[in-house]
Amino acid sequence: MVSFFARRIGQAVIVMLVVTAVAFVMFRFLGDPLVAILGIESTEAQRQAVRAELGLDRPVALQFLAYLGSVLQGDFGISYRLGRAVEAVLVERLPATVELAVTGMLIALVVGIPAGVYAALNRGRLSSRLLLSASLFGISMPSFFMGLLLIWLFSVTLGWLPSFGRGEVIDLGWWTTGLLSAAGLKALIMPALTLAAFQIAMIMRLVRAEMLEVVRTDYIRFARARGLSHRAVHYRHALRNTLIPVVTIVGLQLGSIIAFAVITESVFQWPGLGLLFLQSVATADVSMMSAYLILIAALFVAINLVVDLLYLVIDPRLRGRSELART
Amino acid sequence: MPVSEGAGRRPGLRDRLARSDLLHDFVRDPAAIVAAVILLAFAVAALAPQIVAPYHAFDPNQFRLTDAFLAPVWSDGGDPRFLLGTDDQGRDMISAIIFGARVSLFVGLAGVLLAVVLGVAAGLVAGFVGGWVDAVTMRIADIQLTFPAILIAVMVDGISRAAFGQADHNRVAVLVLILAIGLSGWVQYARPVRGATLVERNREYVAAATMMGIATWSIMLKHILPNVLTSVLVIGTIHLAVAVILEATLSFVGLGVPPTEPSLGTLIRIGNGYLFSGEWWIAIVPGCALVILVLSINLLGDFLRDALNPRLR
Repeated sequence: MVSFFARRIGQAVIVMLVVTAVAFVMFRFLGDPLVAILGIESTEAQRQAVRAELGLDRPVALQFLAYLGSVLQGDFGISYRLGRAVEAVLVERLPATVELAVTGMLIALVVGIPAGVYAALNRGRLSSRLLLSASLFGISMPSFFMGLLLIWLFSVTLGWLPSFGRGEVIDLGWWTTGLLSAAGLKALIMPALTLAAFQIAMIMRLVRAEMLEVVRTDYIRFARARGLSHRAVHYRHALRNTLIPVVTIVGLQLGSIIAFAVITESVFQWPGLGLLFLQSVATADVSMMSAYLILIAALFVAINLVVDLLYLVIDPRLRGRSELART
Repeated sequence: MPVSEGAGRRPGLRDRLARSDLLHDFVRDPAAIVAAVILLAFAVAALAPQIVAPYHAFDPNQFRLTDAFLAPVWSDGGDPRFLLGTDDQGRDMISAIIFGARVSLFVGLAGVLLAVVLGVAAGLVAGFVGGWVDAVTMRIADIQLTFPAILIAVMVDGISRAAFGQADHNRVAVLVLILAIGLSGWVQYARPVRGATLVERNREYVAAATMMGIATWSIMLKHILPNVLTSVLVIGTIHLAVAVILEATLSFVGLGVPPTEPSLGTLIRIGNGYLFSGEWWIAIVPGCALVILVLSINLLGDFLRDALNPRLR
């Protein structure tokens, strides 16, 4: 098991190195940092001076090491667009995205898992088929259009909810939260629902498929043969084994929810990391893009690592058979 | 393990299509029929928009600013000339949607095709050659799979923007979109194709073909590829729905096709600015068209998956 951990962590480090290298190549070779700093009308002599000062005349390998070093210290350079330190902007924007993503994920889990179990256990009934149709509709609905419909209904037509921003935000010093004020909570409703809608449909379909698979296995048949009640069979035996893959799914969905937050934040002008990233892409703000890439990769690698470890904790059969945990 | 017949070759796409009673299942599935009819209508409109659409949506001579902001015909201020109303330029919404869907479908199909070619090639080579080629390809696939497609697509767009500069970017925007969809989607083909190739590689007919001196690429394309085409078809249909959404999303946030040749996503982006001033149809009508298009593709994909994989019933 120790060797499994070691190999997993080794892989994670390699992934991070590769991503950092990609980010470095972008940072270094896309756009001209000298022009960005000095402006187009700078003289060649000025550029030479800054080039030497920034170390851009050194061999590329050395530059990469220097870049790696500063990234490890949390220094991502200066945003071309905002003229501020990238890491300061990122820290400032982080709470908005975290609160949005976590709320969206919670809604998706609380609705999606029971709906999936219900659809699997009542297979063939009208109610379950309606649920399934609704989920197909859910995955066919682009999230930005979902957000637009919500805004149209609740902001434009009914005037109940604000259509953009975080509402009233309370500053806790190291964290800004919208969860502690009525206006902040009201502003959170539509973005969180938009983010959750696709995930609800996705989680429901996955849980249903997984549950149908489990219900078909021999030990469920034997449990029924032993005369156990439906309740006991479904919830004690089947659901528990269904939830193992669901942990993986939820972990991976957490990554995709952060990705979709990019779109949701754009629709609702939610001042989080996603909106920042989109604006950076649209203006080719390379240092910001590189930093976001590294940050997101670190997040995803961490999620994957945690999911793998959780797997071992939940499913005792996998302990000692580390090879299986890879698939 | 299937019963060995002949050299133990599993049925290819054509056999499976013939044996699967596809038509028989199709005429008994009303949802699939409706979806197919809608898709057919979209396809015809996309192939011959000049004939189907009432006006040419990209021709400035055919619309007037005095016709701008006309509501759909069933609400107040509607004009019978424009059934679904007009946008801010006085463009007929129906025509704009037809031309927009054409762009959306073209980009989606081309992106899926690129992903299929990349993924199938990578899967075949990785599975057949094995060794470090396999290890490297699959590691890259693993890494990429942890990143959602939308992020990869946005990243590809950002890199091209930084590399080409803002002005030149509009000219290559469509190509960049196709590249973004292709690069973000190849893994879902590479994995199953590799898996199937690993199984097929060790069968007698491949050994026989090798001994007969048939070239490796020929074995891969003519003998192994047919075995995986069914799954590629099913994955590809569902991927097309995802690709159309991806294109629309990128265009909506302003990273997709330029507004001179709007796709459905661009149309919704334009309409988004008028949502608050009461001209709701400029965004909502193309949005509904987009949802109907994607839903039809998904319905057909679900049908194909069930019909071609009897095991899943």
